[in-house]
Formats: sequence, C-alpha cells, structure tokens
Amino acid sequence: MAKHTLIAYVEDVPGVLNRIASLFRRRNFNIDSLTVGRTEQPGVSRLTVVVDATEAGARIVEANLYKLVNVLRVDDLTHKPSLFRELGLVKVKVTNQTRAEVLQLTDVFRARVVDVDEATLVIEVTGTPEKIGKFELVLKPYGIVEIVRTGAVAMARGHELLSSAPPLVRTTADDHHPDAASLSMSV
Amino acid sequence: MKLTGAEILCETLTHLGVRDLFGYPGGAILPVYDALGKSKLHHVLVRHEQGATHMADGYARASGGVGVAMATSGPGATNMVTGIATAMLDSSPVVCITGQVSSKLLGSDAFQEIDITGITMPITKHNVVVSRVEDIARTVREAFVIANSGRPGPVLVDITKDAQQASCDFNFEAAAPKLPVKRQRVNYEKADFDRAVELLNSAKRPLILAGHGIMVSGAMRAFEQFVRAGNFPVAMTLLGIGCFPASDPMNLGMMGMHGEAWVNHAIQEADLLIAVGMRFDDRVTGDLRTYARDARKIHIEIDRSEINKNVKVDSALVGDAREVLEQLLPCIERRDRPDWLAHIRELKGDSAVRDIQGLPDNGHLYAAHVINDLWKETNGEAIVVTDVGQHQMWEAQYYHHNQPRSLITSGGLGTMGFALPAAIGAKFAKPDADVWVVVGDGGFQMTSCELATAEQEGIKVNVAIINNAFLGMVRQWQEFFYDKRYAATPMTGPDFVKLAEAYRLKGLRCNKRSDVKSTVEKTLAAKETVVIDFVVEKEDSVFPMVPAGADLDKMIRRPKQDVMLESGSDKDWEMPASALPNVFAEVKAEAAALRGRGQVAKKPVRKAAKTTRR
Repeated sequence: MAKHTLIAYVEDVPGVLNRIASLFRRRNFNIDSLTVGRTEQPGVSRLTVVVDATEAGARIVEANLYKLVNVLRVDDLTHKPSLFRELGLVKVKVTNQTRAEVLQLTDVFRARVVDVDEATLVIEVTGTPEKIGKFELVLKPYGIVEIVRTGAVAMARGHELLSSAPPLVRTTADDHHPDAASLSMSV
Repeated sequence: MKLTGAEILCETLTHLGVRDLFGYPGGAILPVYDALGKSKLHHVLVRHEQGATHMADGYARASGGVGVAMATSGPGATNMVTGIATAMLDSSPVVCITGQVSSKLLGSDAFQEIDITGITMPITKHNVVVSRVEDIARTVREAFVIANSGRPGPVLVDITKDAQQASCDFNFEAAAPKLPVKRQRVNYEKADFDRAVELLNSAKRPLILAGHGIMVSGAMRAFEQFVRAGNFPVAMTLLGIGCFPASDPMNLGMMGMHGEAWVNHAIQEADLLIAVGMRFDDRVTGDLRTYARDARKIHIEIDRSEINKNVKVDSALVGDAREVLEQLLPCIERRDRPDWLAHIRELKGDSAVRDIQGLPDNGHLYAAHVINDLWKETNGEAIVVTDVGQHQMWEAQYYHHNQPRSLITSGGLGTMGFALPAAIGAKFAKPDADVWVVVGDGGFQMTSCELATAEQEGIKVNVAIINNAFLGMVRQWQEFFYDKRYAATPMTGPDFVKLAEAYRLKGLRCNKRSDVKSTVEKTLAAKETVVIDFVVEKEDSVFPMVPAGADLDKMIRRPKQDVMLESGSDKDWEMPASALPNVFAEVKAEAAALRGRGQVAKKPVRKAAKTTRR
C-alpha cells in the first residue's frame, strides 16, 4: 500500500461530488484527502484525490472514476514529477515566554502569522502534507487549540500535455477535435 | 413547433425507435401519461413497478436494444429499485423515466417526493434530474446513448412535473447528445497485445471463458472464428450461454458453482484462460487463492475497472470484444491439441455416468427431466426466461441453447421474481418467438400479479413452475451446510392451476414424467398464456456444487449409483474428499456446540411443506 495521487476533471454539475464520494464508499477505497476547486475552464472542476492503495488498486480506482459520466479525465500523478501543496491553519497557545520560540519555528517553516492575540497565534503554513505534519508535531508541546488542513493539491511539472487526453468539454460528434473519430463514450 | 415537456418526451422516445414501454401511472407523471395516450407508443400497464423494470430488462436482453420503464415519483420510483439493480449487475440497457414533484417543491418532503437519483446512484450507470423543459429531449437521448454504449447499464431520468407541463420548441435533431468524449474504444498497449498473441500461440492447454460481453458486443461470428482459428475449447458463464452453440463439440458447457464438473476441472488444469466479456464473479471462480493456479490469463473486457479486480491477469485487452477478437484473429496459429482435448473428453466421461438424463422413469418427476423434455419438445428454439434458484441451474444444465439471447436470467443480482415480468418484456421484443418462463414456486409468487398484465395485453408466455414446495436452493444449502435444519424453506402456495384460471388464463398440472410431453404440447397449442404446475420431487439438489468459497474443483457430486431411485435417503450426495473451507467447519462446530448442551445431538427432523395435492 502506498499513497497515490489522482487528478480528476469533472463537470461542475449538482451531485458530482456525491457520485465520487459514493463510489469510494461503495468500492471500499480509502481516501486520504480529497480537494476540489474550479479550473480555468467554466463548468469544469478539478479534484485531487489521494488514496491509499496498491498499484493495481490505484488502477481500479482510476478506472472506476473514469466510468462516471461526469468525470472528463483522470490523470495519475504518482509516478510523474509533480508538485504537491497543502495549506494548514494552526491556532497555537502562547505565553509571553513561548511566543518568541513559536515565532522562530514559524520562520523556520516559512510559515506566516495571520492572527495574534494575548493567548494564541494563528499560523498559516503551506507545503507538502509531510511538512505540515512536521509543523504540527513541533507545535504540539505548546498546545494546539485548533488545526485545519485543506488536503493536498497537485500539479505535474513541466510543459508536456497528455497527448491522448480528451477535451474537457461536452461535445457532439461533429465538433472538431483532432481525434474525434477515435474517441467515444466508452464506459 | 411548441410542445409540452410530456409531449416532447413521447416524441423523443418515438424518434429513438421505442415501440413499447412498461409502466404505472401516478400523480407526478400524469402529464406524460396524457401525452402517451395521444402518441404512437404502446404502453404496457404493469401490476407493480418492479415488474416494469424487469419487463424493460427482458425487452432489452431479448432485442439487444434499450428497454424503457416508467413510473411516478415516490413509491413508484422506489419500487423500481430492485429492477434497476438487476439491470446494473447484468449490464442491461434500461432507461427508467420517473416523474418528480414540481421543481419548486423539491427538497420540501412534498407528497410522494423521494430523492430517487440519490437512492439509485450506486445502482445506475448514470442518473439525472431534469427540471427544465428545454433539457428533456437532449437528456433522454443522452440516456439512451449511455445505457447502450460501452458496458451497458440502466439510466434513470427523473423529470419534474413542471418540466412536463411547460412548453418549448422541439427539434429532435437539434437535441443531439452532448456527452463527454472519452478514450478510444480499443485501448491497450501493443505490448499487451503481443503478449496475448504469444500466450495464445504457445499454450498447450488453453480454455476460453465466454461471457455475456460477447452477446453485448455482437461478437458471435468473430468469436466462432476465433475458436476455430485456435481450436480452443469453450466454457460458458451463466449469462454467456447462447453466445456459442451448445451443440458445438468445442462448447464444454457452464462453469462455476453449478457448472459441469469437467468444465471446472478443465479450468483448474488449463495453462491459459482466455476470458472474453466476463468478470470472474465469485460464483465462477470459487476460492481465488486456488483458482487456475497453473494458468496464464488473458482478459478481453470493455470495462477497465474489471481488470485485475478479482483475478490478476497477464494480458488485459481493454476494448469491445468483437473489435479485439477481430484484431487477434489474423495472429492465431492453429494447433490440434489432441492430448488436451482427449483429456477433457475423459473428464466428461466420468461425469456422464452421474448424469440423470439417462435414468429410467421410476415414477418420480425430477425438475431436470422436466427441463430436458421441455428442451426436446421446443426443439431447443424457445426463448427461456428463468428466475433464480435450483430451476435456474437445472435450466442452464439441461436446456441446450444454440441461439444468442435465448436464455434470459438474473445472474449478478440473483433476483427472485424476475422471470415472469422479464418474459413478458421479451415477448414484446420478439412477438413471434416461443417464450417460456422457467420459475420456482417461490419466485413465481413474488411477481405472479404480472399474469394480469399478460392477460390484459393478450400475449402468450408459457410458464413452467418447477414446484417442489420448498425454497429449493436455500433448502439445498441447509441440507449440505446446516444439518438439514429446514428453517423457513418449506413453502406452500396457491393452487397454481386455479390461480391461472382466476386470471382467465389456462392452468395445467403435471406430476408424472410420462405426462410432460403432452402437457407441453397442450401448452403450445393454447392461444393464451398457460401456467403449468410441474409438481416435482421435493428434496432434489443441484449437482455438482462448489460450496461458496471452496476450491473450484472441490465439488459436491452426485454419487455414481442410481441416486434417483433412493432419493430421500441420507446418502444421496458426496462431500468433496478434502476438507471444506473453514467457514463451513466453523459453522458446523458452532451448531454442534449449540446442540450438544448436555444432551446427545438429535438428528434433525425433516419437515416438508404440508400439501394436500399429492
């Protein structure tokens, strides 16, 4: 078992998240994190799903996602050079004695203080999920009041596009797409 | 031209080539029913919405086209759930149209409002709510494309009442489907293809596992050429039956839990399995850890998510079965394989001794005899629709299908009550065919109300009830694995002859083998639907049987002596020589412990359903 990161482009229609969540529940797939957001294209959302699975299991997750009609494309970034980022907000207890230490740690993690009051600090930290986990670990002794993490988002490095990737739109057969003849609603 | 949403729906269905649809009206779909009355569509009024979905399913499976079922919101829609799930598990193209409360009321728990798209999400290929009249035509067209493309499946379209009532311009052409474009139909690496060819040409003991996908893709011709090209023996899944003639010497018969013994032995001894359009269901594989351990596997399958799901394969060719087989054909080198084919014949010889067909008539009526005689009397040309249970397995074993789509049965979901409505649907798809229902007394009673549908429509289906006054398959499991404690399996029923007559249909009873022929003849001669009550031996079992989760070649077998003469004795079956899997041992130990509380274990008493008929 290892972590696999899948990117799914989905149509932004009611119920699409429900479909994906329902699929994962039904097939007993283990979601580590799931994030969703808009893309540059209207009507298309982008999901980053991190699953704990074997290599064969990840292929099955990918195929099952792809079977959903509203899912337009699925890419597996696990074995591609990629960037992974997550954002976390950590509210930590501080006293006059510990504030300086916490600020120093914040600096080390290249994090930012976004709220200050007499007893707590809220710190914003971005980075790989591991980095945020580490940050949480070092702040724990001071007393963490609250923590929120967005879940990982990912993007492949470089400029190469996936050549066989279908277009991210609903099309009719007569719309012009270079590979229109060889593409169809397959599953 | 401005039409209402309801009229647009009917027009769209007509344009899509729909002739018959199956449904039940209600408040939220009334506008559609009003328009239906004025359209050319023939609506079949069912007696329960489950029947509508099964009829649409049977229609789809007999015709290869899309079946359409219709129901109102709320309970109408929820009654469809079993039928939709049946279609999903057997990849059957069914479009269900349900009414929904007005869009303004959505989410308010209005009268007969239910979130049917939420309920059916995991059991449909796709589903959608339509609340704008402008979307109806395109959505219904898309539903048909989705239902019948790739791996087929059910699609549910939920249309709000206000969308049915509103009007807009209708232009069928302009409402073309706009679906996401996906990957190519045939989609695999060349390395996988080359590997498959290498395996096919080097195999010493190859075996094809032929499934439903061959029929779905219309690959029967390509498949036959493929079999001839490589001289490959063929084993069938239950739903694959018919895709390759049973009379062909290369066709070994059905595999799996109740498959022929020689087929299961051949699978375990093969060095190459070529799975075509099948999905390695647990009823087919038995214990996965010991399944075909010596065999390399090639999987030809359109649904990528089936690859390596249950059985790890060496070469996966994802694509339409016909296209893949046609691509493989020129690469196959013919081999004679005399040793392998002779070995299979040898395995078969052993089983033939145990076959009940050759047994003399001893006054008992056995279900297998009924089905075997039915096969002979109908020249093997009928469309047979079966339910789920013992009769289903006997049908698969003793009715030899040569034509594709001539056996319609609920495989994946195993839905009791499927047979009668599905047969009515099949009869609408093939009005000229002789349609037989083979059904148990239990399953028949689940949907027997649809006899009224057959009567009202004036259609003829022939219903053969295999009546053993038991829920036979469950009883069989209780006999084998629960020390014959027949809990809740003895079952009474109505007088089926009188029941048929109450529906103004013909009823016949048969309890002697010598009467089977004349009963079938009378049935065929009748103009109306006939219900035959075949009163068969009560405690007969289906052999061979692979206990759930056991190794595929560890079968419970019919003993070699003439068991039929002494049926009812305790020695009428043999457990496999090796130990059964732990699950059964544990159950038995547990049961023994419970029984043995301070007293000697009692021999369970046999209880049969009380019946006054015999």
